[in-house]
Amino acid sequence: MAQESVAQDHQSSWWHRNQQQLTPWLFLAPGILFFLFYVIFPIFQSFNLSLYEWDGLGKAEYVGLYNYEELYWDEAFYTSLKNNVIWLLLYLLAIPAGLFIALFLNQTVTGIRLYKSLFFFPFVISQVVVGLVFTWFYDPTFGILNVLLGAVGLPPMNVLGDENWVTVGIIVAGLWPQTAYCMILYLTGLNAVDPEQIEAGRLDGAKGWKMLWYIIVPQLRPATFIAFVVTIIGALRSFDLISVMTNGGPFGASRVLSFYMFEVALSEYGFRMGYGAAIAVVLFLIMLAFIAYFLWSMYKEEKAR
Amino acid sequence: MFPTPIERTPRSWQVTYQAFLPLALILWLLPLIAVAIFSVKPDSDFANANYWGWPSEFKGFTNYWLVFTASDMPQYLLNSFKITIPTVIGAVALSCMTGFALGIYKFKANIWIFFMFVAGNFVPFQILMVPVRDLTLQLGLYNTITGLVLFHVAFQTGFCTLFMRNFIRALPFELIEAARVEGISEWRIFWFVVLPLMKPAIAALAVLMFTFIWNDYFWAIVLTQGVESQPVTAGITSFNAQYRAAYHLMSAGSIVAALPPVAMFFLMQRHFIAGLTLGAVK
Repeated sequence: MAQESVAQDHQSSWWHRNQQQLTPWLFLAPGILFFLFYVIFPIFQSFNLSLYEWDGLGKAEYVGLYNYEELYWDEAFYTSLKNNVIWLLLYLLAIPAGLFIALFLNQTVTGIRLYKSLFFFPFVISQVVVGLVFTWFYDPTFGILNVLLGAVGLPPMNVLGDENWVTVGIIVAGLWPQTAYCMILYLTGLNAVDPEQIEAGRLDGAKGWKMLWYIIVPQLRPATFIAFVVTIIGALRSFDLISVMTNGGPFGASRVLSFYMFEVALSEYGFRMGYGAAIAVVLFLIMLAFIAYFLWSMYKEEKAR
Repeated sequence: MFPTPIERTPRSWQVTYQAFLPLALILWLLPLIAVAIFSVKPDSDFANANYWGWPSEFKGFTNYWLVFTASDMPQYLLNSFKITIPTVIGAVALSCMTGFALGIYKFKANIWIFFMFVAGNFVPFQILMVPVRDLTLQLGLYNTITGLVLFHVAFQTGFCTLFMRNFIRALPFELIEAARVEGISEWRIFWFVVLPLMKPAIAALAVLMFTFIWNDYFWAIVLTQGVESQPVTAGITSFNAQYRAAYHLMSAGSIVAALPPVAMFFLMQRHFIAGLTLGAVK
């Protein structure tokens, strides 16, 4: 009896002594395990898989770098890559557009709160619905776009059926919710702008654009950083809109890497898991450059604290 | 305040601004307004090419009634709830714990574990697609709601950890030190000291997660197929195939599918925006 209680005492004191070292790991364990199995390991598995030819059912056959060699000669891959670049560049327009709308709405008139939330509205809606709505907007037979074009004397166009316009058309649909997102970031940022600096600027004769560029924008840095992060990630993740609006067409002209990968691996074009994984690896490496930069910025900030 | 407060501008500009505001809003939401009008139009309007005009008669009730009775929409909606709610609970619970561990304790691996969560949260879905699908198949969870929920919980833990950790970092650390001096055990500190202070973060994260998960489309089509397990985002495409060119029904269906996160947003607006803009100011 006495011995047992001594043992227990010993145990509890051991726990007591090491409590502060052990507790964080116990709290982290479930989250880390989940994350490892569903996110971290799959990244490495995909790297490995890209060296195989596999239909998802039978035996995987090791082919070395063959998938990457095939990628090198694949026209569709370059179309997707080019479209990814276009997405990245045009999607960034959401940032100035969001800032512009935020400046427009940064007033205190009656009902402005409701206006702000209604302007933010598009972000809450599923991209599937946004895609559908814009498909109708562009529709060559009844779309309101051609009605508007006709009103200013321009010929009608079939945006989603035109190889040269289709990607731009889809990006415009994507910009709608993304601009709303950037707007809300900037509205929050503008709330925190130091009024004294504005007054000082006014006394120095800064007005309009000069005031915006030299006094306001520098203070909005944190908001701008987040806007860049979410917009770049969003641009490289674009999938839903393409899938809903054109399914990659016409003739694969609106594919991006994320969509092409899905097409190769999981659609009627065949179940080429290895080839799909190779495309995903390329996309991942592009994203990795940005992720590294984001983490570096965060790391510097952590250090500065 | 920038730009110049409207009260301090000439009267003419004030009037222009007030008039321009609703106009800009209507332009901005025009696509949605169009869908809303589509959804209450009778079938005959589309046959008569009355696309953008006023509805010739109000058929809202009929259209929405049809969506709920003559299609699989109710099942898809139910699936969406069954996927979204457990995911929100799971991801928030896990990240309360990880956020607590990373926000309170100082140990060597801390920042690297934190970066693992952050980096993982940014990766393109496609690099996970084949292995995750394979894992789900092997677990016998392909085409089940559980399979989709497990993945969502795991993936969202990345973002949620980032969020919770930063929130906990901003809490006054003296509270925890005081509790330790009192001899309160670590898990009780978590439960009785930190968790009550996290309520606003939990609310913000829960609304945000609800919207993200509800609107997910990619994983829905990768991990599920068919009406017994697919959420409404994936369901809407088969719904649209069923009612091809029946624009009034497609519109009504889309509005029904979009409504829950919209309702969530308007009910919990303050939390939603607080969650979304965390870090947008210093």
